[in-house]
Amino acid sequence: MGKNNGHIRFVVGLGSCGIAAGAKDLYEELAAKMKSHPAATLTHTSCNGMCFKEPILEVFYPDGNHLMLGNIHKKDVDKVLEPLLTQKPVDEKFVIENSLQPDKVESFRLKQHKIVLENCGVIDPDDIAPYLEKGGYTALKKVLTSMTFEQVIEEMKASGLRGRGGAGFPTGMKWQFARNTQSEKKYMICNADEGDPGAFMDRAVLESDPHRVIEGLIIGGYAIGAHYGYIYVRAEYPLAIKRLKIAITQATERNLLGDNILKSDFSFHLKIKEGAGAFVCGEETALIASIEGERGNPRLRPPFPAVSGLWKHPTNINNVETLASVPWIINNGSAAYASYGTAKSKGTKVFSVAGKIAKGGLVEVDMGIPLRDIIYTIGGGTSSGKPFKAVQLGGPSGGCIPERLLDTPVDYESIAATGAIMGSGGMVVMDADTCIVDVAKFFLTFTQKESCGKCTFCRVGTTRLLEILERIAAGKGVMEDLDKLADLSVKVKDLSLCGLGKTAPNPIITTIKYFRDEYEEHIKDKKCRAAVCKDLIDFAVVEKECTGCHACFKNCPVKAISGTAKAVHHIDQKICIKCGMCYEVCKFNAIFKG
Amino acid sequence: MVSLLIDGKKVEAAPSQTILQAAQKAGIHIPTLCHAPRLSPSGACRMCVVEVEGARALVASCAAPVSQGMKVSTGSETVLRARRLNLELIWSNHPNDCLTCDKTGECKLQSLMYDYNVKTSRFVAQNPPTKPDDSNPAIYRDMNKCILCGKCVRICDEVQNQHTLAFSNRGMQTTIATAFEKPLKDAGCVFCGHCVSVCPVGALMDKPSMNKGRPWETKKVSTVCCYCGVGCSLVLHVKKGEVIRVTSDTYSPPNYGSLCVKGRYGFEFYKSPDRLKTPMIRDSIDQPFRETSWEEAIGLVARKLLDIKQHHGTEAFGCLSSSRGTNEENYLAQKFTRAVMGTNNMDNCARVCHAPSVTGLRAALGSGAATNSLADIEGAEVLIVSGSNTTEAHPVAALKIKKAVRQNGAKLIVIDPREIELVQFATVWLRLKPGTNVALINGLLHVILNEGLENKGFIEQRTENIDMLRQVVAQYPPEKTEEITGVPREDIIKAARIYADTQKGMIVYGLGMTEHKAGSHGVMSLANLALITGNVGRPNTGINPLRGQNNVQGSCDMGALPDVYTCYQKVDDPAANKKFSEAWGCPLPTKPGLKEPQMYREALAGRFKAMYIIGYDPAATQANINNVRSAMRRLDFLVVQELFMTETAKLAHVVLPTGCFFEKDGTFTNAERRVRRLNQAIPLPNGARHDWEIICQIATAMGYPMSYGHPGEIMDEIARLTPEFAGINFERLAGDGLVWPVWDKQHPGTPILHKDTFTRGKGRLNDLLYTPSEELPDNEYPLYLTTGRRLYHYNNGSMSLRNPEIHTISSEEFAEVHPGAVLWR
Ligand SMILES: Cc1cc2nc3c(=O)[nH]c(=O)nc-3n(C[C@H](O)[C@H](O)[C@H](O)COP(=O)(O)O)c2cc1C
Ligand code: SF4
Ligand code: SF4
Ligand code: SF4
Ligand code: SF4
Ligand code: SF4
Ligand code: FES
Ligand code: FES
Repeated sequence: MGKNNGHIRFVVGLGSCGIAAGAKDLYEELAAKMKSHPAATLTHTSCNGMCFKEPILEVFYPDGNHLMLGNIHKKDVDKVLEPLLTQKPVDEKFVIENSLQPDKVESFRLKQHKIVLENCGVIDPDDIAPYLEKGGYTALKKVLTSMTFEQVIEEMKASGLRGRGGAGFPTGMKWQFARNTQSEKKYMICNADEGDPGAFMDRAVLESDPHRVIEGLIIGGYAIGAHYGYIYVRAEYPLAIKRLKIAITQATERNLLGDNILKSDFSFHLKIKEGAGAFVCGEETALIASIEGERGNPRLRPPFPAVSGLWKHPTNINNVETLASVPWIINNGSAAYASYGTAKSKGTKVFSVAGKIAKGGLVEVDMGIPLRDIIYTIGGGTSSGKPFKAVQLGGPSGGCIPERLLDTPVDYESIAATGAIMGSGGMVVMDADTCIVDVAKFFLTFTQKESCGKCTFCRVGTTRLLEILERIAAGKGVMEDLDKLADLSVKVKDLSLCGLGKTAPNPIITTIKYFRDEYEEHIKDKKCRAAVCKDLIDFAVVEKECTGCHACFKNCPVKAISGTAKAVHHIDQKICIKCGMCYEVCKFNAIFKG
Repeated sequence: MVSLLIDGKKVEAAPSQTILQAAQKAGIHIPTLCHAPRLSPSGACRMCVVEVEGARALVASCAAPVSQGMKVSTGSETVLRARRLNLELIWSNHPNDCLTCDKTGECKLQSLMYDYNVKTSRFVAQNPPTKPDDSNPAIYRDMNKCILCGKCVRICDEVQNQHTLAFSNRGMQTTIATAFEKPLKDAGCVFCGHCVSVCPVGALMDKPSMNKGRPWETKKVSTVCCYCGVGCSLVLHVKKGEVIRVTSDTYSPPNYGSLCVKGRYGFEFYKSPDRLKTPMIRDSIDQPFRETSWEEAIGLVARKLLDIKQHHGTEAFGCLSSSRGTNEENYLAQKFTRAVMGTNNMDNCARVCHAPSVTGLRAALGSGAATNSLADIEGAEVLIVSGSNTTEAHPVAALKIKKAVRQNGAKLIVIDPREIELVQFATVWLRLKPGTNVALINGLLHVILNEGLENKGFIEQRTENIDMLRQVVAQYPPEKTEEITGVPREDIIKAARIYADTQKGMIVYGLGMTEHKAGSHGVMSLANLALITGNVGRPNTGINPLRGQNNVQGSCDMGALPDVYTCYQKVDDPAANKKFSEAWGCPLPTKPGLKEPQMYREALAGRFKAMYIIGYDPAATQANINNVRSAMRRLDFLVVQELFMTETAKLAHVVLPTGCFFEKDGTFTNAERRVRRLNQAIPLPNGARHDWEIICQIATAMGYPMSYGHPGEIMDEIARLTPEFAGINFERLAGDGLVWPVWDKQHPGTPILHKDTFTRGKGRLNDLLYTPSEELPDNEYPLYLTTGRRLYHYNNGSMSLRNPEIHTISSEEFAEVHPGAVLWR
């Protein structure tokens, strides 16, 4: 990106994922070591989606050549710096892409199509300049100088963009509702509360390209007639908050925010509100209550926020990714956007792929591509090499989709037909080592804890569901439990007040639908085929394999293992707490689990 | 209107109504747990679900609006299954304690389990039990029984505005808690008991009532609260001659289910062991009392009074009655004084509180009473609250003020030297120096007239004396008013503009206006404000005194005053004098009698020999009690009718034990002129007699036979002699009572006075100059001392202090001193 001015430019990815993998140390090491090199500069960007390769270092040469290295750490700097500076070959194991080797392509990048993520991992998110260079805020300018609010709304309608926060409601229509309510004051809110375990799309966008979201938000404000906006970000995203704050300051300095934006008569003021870590606050009405300073409990609808929302004023709430799509649509036209995707699900969708996947990270694909492409072509299959079992789509509100349905295209309707939901785009991949009862239990533990406690079905219902799952996982289930689960799941889904409860049973319903045999095994055979449910498994020493290395003995936290060096060891089942430590540390496959 | 089908029945409803409301109107029952008519919908319990044709899932009828052509089924199999499962879920976390639970019989959960025949839950798994909160004497909280309907939270927030309770934690750990789990007493709770009143289960209980009786064992008696002038309607729960609980009817005015701590929990004083039960007499106040029979006591009183009348003349006697007495008792007291004793020396304790209201409002409007009803407060656009610490003194009226502000967007102007609770709700707070009311109001009038904001048409057509008013008011420009009152001129201007800018402006005031030397001037000034802006004679307007005791209005209406008979018919008006003389069968004095302070003066001067005091304790409550006590000591004969041995009774020669409000029939008239019946709930204590009977017996013994079968007959006599009461009798009063004037037996009552014309014809604008109080701070006494009301106690505390619950919550008094004043010393 950008001009090199004759310098060699080093760019380190400093997103949360990169930092977690050690990118900051890498950056500092490079900074220290490069000081003496007048011909090289060092900058940073954020996440380019290849979380599995973090830390990532990209090098751009004055001659136009370019190199992308991955899994490169502070300790490797001494090894690679010299060859990089002198444009000599480096250790192949680091190289992801090299412009001199056009046939070396990272399959992860195939089949992706970047609209929302176009700048992610490319620009420096702490500086507005590169965003402007990439055409940032031209959409806003276009809107303010040449489009009426009706035209903006029509454009959104024509693009077919649907809300990326989960429900998939057409964005243009939503804006129209908020526009239709007459009021002196209106609010435009960006929902950046991303709370589902396994989802990190919104975080990555905010950290990598904050201005894009702000630009979308301002355009939305213009369309609905709001002069005030909030970005509701969960407090667990400090880096996103920091970058948003910087971005707001910079945009305000350039009159892209504030009074009379770009000398037009449209004014828009933007504030950040930090959420306090409640999943339910991502629900629109709870989010509004939270901004108002009340307990983040969902409220009854109607009235809908578009009629009476924040402080009783008409309010429109959009997800981060929804808003990040807006500038592109304005710049490139609704037709261009609508040319991607399927008949009813237009454009692209970002997914965060995590779990037992070889190449976990952030992907953006056209709506309608088969799930299989995401899991195998992009994601490279399971990380363990063991058979793929299922993929959970939509986090705790979603459901799991088994191997045999992997050809399902990713669009709202097709995914919903499986019993899962598109959700916000979290994908958790499971392999043969994943117990399906355990998965349901995991998500129910989450939703049960996060239930706001207001309505009976969600509060008590999810608790009782969880208790039954726990019973089954503990080998104490009876077959009627499956009927109870089914009955209660449907009622909790139908009768809960807000989206949390209405979707909480989805993981149970889909796992029973596709993996009923595993439930029955737990109940009837007291067996967990993935060897996950502790109460159904034992650890034992396989005497003929044990070399007496003493490793298990040393690592057992409760001293359940006896045996002297070089002699066969023994596990006392009465003491064993099934932590699995011995299984992990034994190098001779001498611990049996099952 | 839209029409819909509910269970096949065609129902019409307004589009803003919910399915639940439409069904209720059609007589179709839908069970609810979290819905309450006074509260915002919550949609939490999901018990009210119904099936709507075409809807994706069942809908919560308490929140879902009706729509044209909707087809609703309230009892389909799907609905029933959902409700049963709902109950199973609730029951899965509920202690199975109906056998000993005080809620049994009134519990909504219990009756739903029965209705839906849910005997147990498939999901039984209790949360670990928590310890009930037993930390205060009024409200028992057992969160193990809570079903989290949230009604307590909403009512504390939306109705009481106290925000004491809130949801805490998430998921299954969710519970209702106070801030930082503090005991209620320290968490801002005012023990109004609203939360208890809406709790559908046994999670919140009136503690004094626990273990006292089952709901089906009690008789429910409706009556009127005996404390403040709001006159809340009460329902007494009586078992075996004992009041075990007090609740209130959500649909009955003026309080619509609300009560304050005194009304709800202050009901045990009547069984205090020191209740007087036997007549007591003595020859001189240096001697101890001796118990005696009623015959002897009444004979003695009759003899002594006749003797004094004979030897010292009619003017040596005076009677003081009580604003806590019923209308009938007050009527008889003044009848006795005038007809039997032949004097107009009749007064009541309103002398020290709202007599200036009577004088002031009569001078301005012609009727000494509140112009509008308390319910009107809620719909006002601008409220002036002056000299009333309403949240403490008239708690239930304060709720209406808060509702007007918080829910209906009214602007509130508070005039008070202290930062009272209502200041938090105020748009403008005029913090005046004590005693400068008239100047401040003149300042407000100045701004309105000066800026031309007055209602010229109204002034023209319905008032008189505007020119003089203009002249006087011209002397109070904002700068000068600021100088006198200490209120910043901007605030004066702001307040004046706000009030002048509405046609729904209502003035509410209290003792802070009247308890001054020129108390009636303050009242007239407020009337000026209402008159020049035309804010009178319509709903949500007017000028409304908040009466102190529950029957201040009534005691004055009944003529327990030195210059008037019932409803302000003047004793020196020959026609009135003739009417009453004829009715009572004896000549009546025409000269107005002595006011209470004059009586003490006369007694100290030795000219006044005997007093008859009924249910009033001036020896404890007057400002200068030394003076009052000396005056009483000088009397030859003092008769006191009382519940307890009060300070005044201690100075008496004869003490006659009587009944309290639980024990009698009669009527009270509240601050909005609502005459409402008290119904006897429990018998008199053995040995005590009704006030009205005692008066009759003394009169009869003195040779003037008085006899009535029942207080209702006294009311019939009042109605015959009082045009405003002509349409009132006990039958018509059953239920919510009537608001006087009630001109004839068909008349529905008059909640709004002065609609087309003022009682006195034209409204009088009284031109009044501000006169400073007599005793202002000086070098020797450099501080102001001003007294205030407290929520928990009532006047001399003779009743409220005898309630163990209330006494535990609030048992001591204090003086507040500005730190600056202390440092400055
Ligand atoms: C329990 C719950 C949690 C939610 N969390 C989020 C969230 O973290 N981010 C988000 O954008 N939407 C979330 N939603 C969806 C929002 O309620 C809302 O539909 C969305 O923000 C609308 O934006 P969109 O139209 O752009 O999708 C959540 C919904 C529920 C019921
Ligand atoms: S299973 Fe766990 S507790 Fe048991 S022996 Fe192995 S490490 Fe120790
Ligand atoms: S609250 Fe109701 S259901 Fe619960 S124990 Fe008491 S009476 Fe029974
Ligand atoms: S008694 Fe009144 S103030 Fe106290 S918690 Fe209940 S509703 Fe709130
Ligand atoms: S305490 Fe009573 S009123 Fe309050 S939430 Fe619980 S059940 Fe409802
Ligand atoms: S004291 Fe007043 S406010 Fe309280 S309950 Fe009695 S009448 Fe109502
Ligand atoms: S009464 Fe409707 S949800 Fe509770
Ligand atoms: S009525 Fe007696 S003091 Fe007010």
